[in-house]
Amino acid sequence: MAELNILEAIRSGMDEEMARDDRVMILGEDVGKKGGVFGATEGLWAKYGDKRVLDTPLTEGMIAGAAMGAAVYGLRPIAEMQFADFVYPAFNQIVSEISRLHYRSNGAFGVPLVIRMPYGGGVHGALYHSQSNEGYFTSTVGLKVVAPGTPADAKGLLKAAIRDPDPVMFFEHKKTYRLFKAEVPDGDTVVPIGKADVARPGKHLSIFCYGFMRTCALEAAETLAREDGVEAEVVDLRTLRPLDLDTVLGSVAKTGKALVVHEANRFGGFGGEIAAEIAERAFESLDGPVTRLAGPDVPAVPYHHALEDWFMIGPARIVEAARTLAAY
Amino acid sequence: MATDTRPRHAELGLSDDDVLGMYRAMLLARAVDERMWLMQRAGKIAFIISGQGHEGAQVATSWAMRKGTDWMAPFYRSIASAMTFGMSAEDIITAHLAKRDDVSSGGRQMPGHYGGAPYNIVSLSSPVGTQVLHAVGIAMGAWVRGDDVVTMTQFGEGTSNQGEIHEAMNFAGVHHLPVIFVCENNGYAISVPLERQVAGGSVAARAAGYGMPGVTVDGGDVLGCYAAAREAHERARRGEGPTLIEANVVRLTSHSSDDDQRRYRDPAEVEGLKARDPIPAFGAELRAAGVLTDEREEQLRAEVKAEVNDASKRAEARPEPTTDDAHERVYAEPIPGGGTAVPLSHIGGEEH
Repeated sequence: MAELNILEAIRSGMDEEMARDDRVMILGEDVGKKGGVFGATEGLWAKYGDKRVLDTPLTEGMIAGAAMGAAVYGLRPIAEMQFADFVYPAFNQIVSEISRLHYRSNGAFGVPLVIRMPYGGGVHGALYHSQSNEGYFTSTVGLKVVAPGTPADAKGLLKAAIRDPDPVMFFEHKKTYRLFKAEVPDGDTVVPIGKADVARPGKHLSIFCYGFMRTCALEAAETLAREDGVEAEVVDLRTLRPLDLDTVLGSVAKTGKALVVHEANRFGGFGGEIAAEIAERAFESLDGPVTRLAGPDVPAVPYHHALEDWFMIGPARIVEAARTLAAY
Repeated sequence: MATDTRPRHAELGLSDDDVLGMYRAMLLARAVDERMWLMQRAGKIAFIISGQGHEGAQVATSWAMRKGTDWMAPFYRSIASAMTFGMSAEDIITAHLAKRDDVSSGGRQMPGHYGGAPYNIVSLSSPVGTQVLHAVGIAMGAWVRGDDVVTMTQFGEGTSNQGEIHEAMNFAGVHHLPVIFVCENNGYAISVPLERQVAGGSVAARAAGYGMPGVTVDGGDVLGCYAAAREAHERARRGEGPTLIEANVVRLTSHSSDDDQRRYRDPAEVEGLKARDPIPAFGAELRAAGVLTDEREEQLRAEVKAEVNDASKRAEARPEPTTDDAHERVYAEPIPGGGTAVPLSHIGGEEH
């Protein structure tokens, strides 16, 4: 077992997949010699050459569209969006082309590609380097959406995503890149897409989260256990689409209370979908209102540290929301 | 010094059979197109978007490509190109009738959305210009793999203004990708004429900014189009990169069956278009070259008519798609509910 941070785990996952399958290539802005603005592809250009680790012009639409063409041709492209905030010029290609090709061609063409995107706030990135825009993609049929919260999951899910026959949006919370190190299994360990992880079992309420929120929720659960005697079950969804409803509903059946946590805006956010599924399918298990704790409904994370702190969800706010829910 | 007295097609390395084949392909594409309009008027097809007037440029440029090896990302007027790449009259009519066996989409897409995996024709959507990036991506794939494959893509002059086209051409130019951009300039983006669409008036001129040759050809000059495409194809195979070909063509019909061009085009202008129809022009050239005779013309037209009649009959007899599998082939493996891992009946549902 190696101790890796999330960034190292992602790099290791790409490296292993590129060594294993020569159809795998990386394209994006500054992914080559520089190794990416966060360093995710560091060393890969030297190892695999400048065709398989390809610096593109600053054209996100082209990155996504060309990745789709290459996938149609038989490659397994990994496209990097430098920041999730910059994906919008590629929106047309992702939402209208990549997600629909398989359906519109009646299954004749697939689009096996991964689009990696650093997302999330808490890094002084302000409005355009902090967005959590996964909701646009979770609401797009034809895409799979993954958001890991640990180094082992980041590596294992990325390997699964690269091998997956469908397009996968891979959200990497940039604050977690170097936040902590944890054990990552050696060898070819794949974490399946579509399976949630019960990160901490509990019986009083369920906290559903993903990405950086896993770390925050686990810390909150620790506090709740210590100070309140409340045993919160932390469910890291890991994959947002397809959603592991078995695990979600199984947890609610056990605890009767559901708190959904995400950094993205509340209104129309992904948490609403989880809440609706629970309300429709587990109504009789519920012992309190399905509750969402989400980013405020402002356009994006503001810059000044006081404003950013105001925006961000952290352990304290999760504890507060959990206490209110636990009181039912 | 002796001048080359061979006919023009022979100078280009095309045999008599080749040029007769090209002529027949144009006749067939036109006949299928015309049959589609009849079927539309008969209420069998909801919508038609035509390639009439574009056949010369399309057959000629596609003729320079290698069937089964090279790739194409078409646009909605690409009927003659799609057929030159391998789609049969029956494939096209089946797709327009949205039958279950439609090779392009199984009845899921509107008419004119060409695609065919067996023919290396990537499936087209409706927002214009998106396919040009796919072509560049296919070319990138071939380049990364070191494969001897050339990709051609087509689009109109209106679409040439889309950002994605410029992103595609720039990227292809940077890496010398083996791709041929064919702009079929018919002078109108639905109702808006060239001068209100393309600053400077030339799409080909834009190639200079992307480090590739920009070639303007008369879309009514079939052999001229072929020569330009063949040169672009050779360039691409030599690793010298992309070429932009602007073929000036005519749109003989309204934009689509939902449009009436008399509302924005002068009747004399519309009437004058017929003089630029590539089919009689190519026919005349082949007659002058001694390749095409009255008998041969009659025979080709009879063959084409019979082929379209047979194709229509067979296509019409094909089964309709059923809704049983309308939710399938969203993902490579079915995911019940389209986004969740379990069906709604999993819990609770029935008891309530």
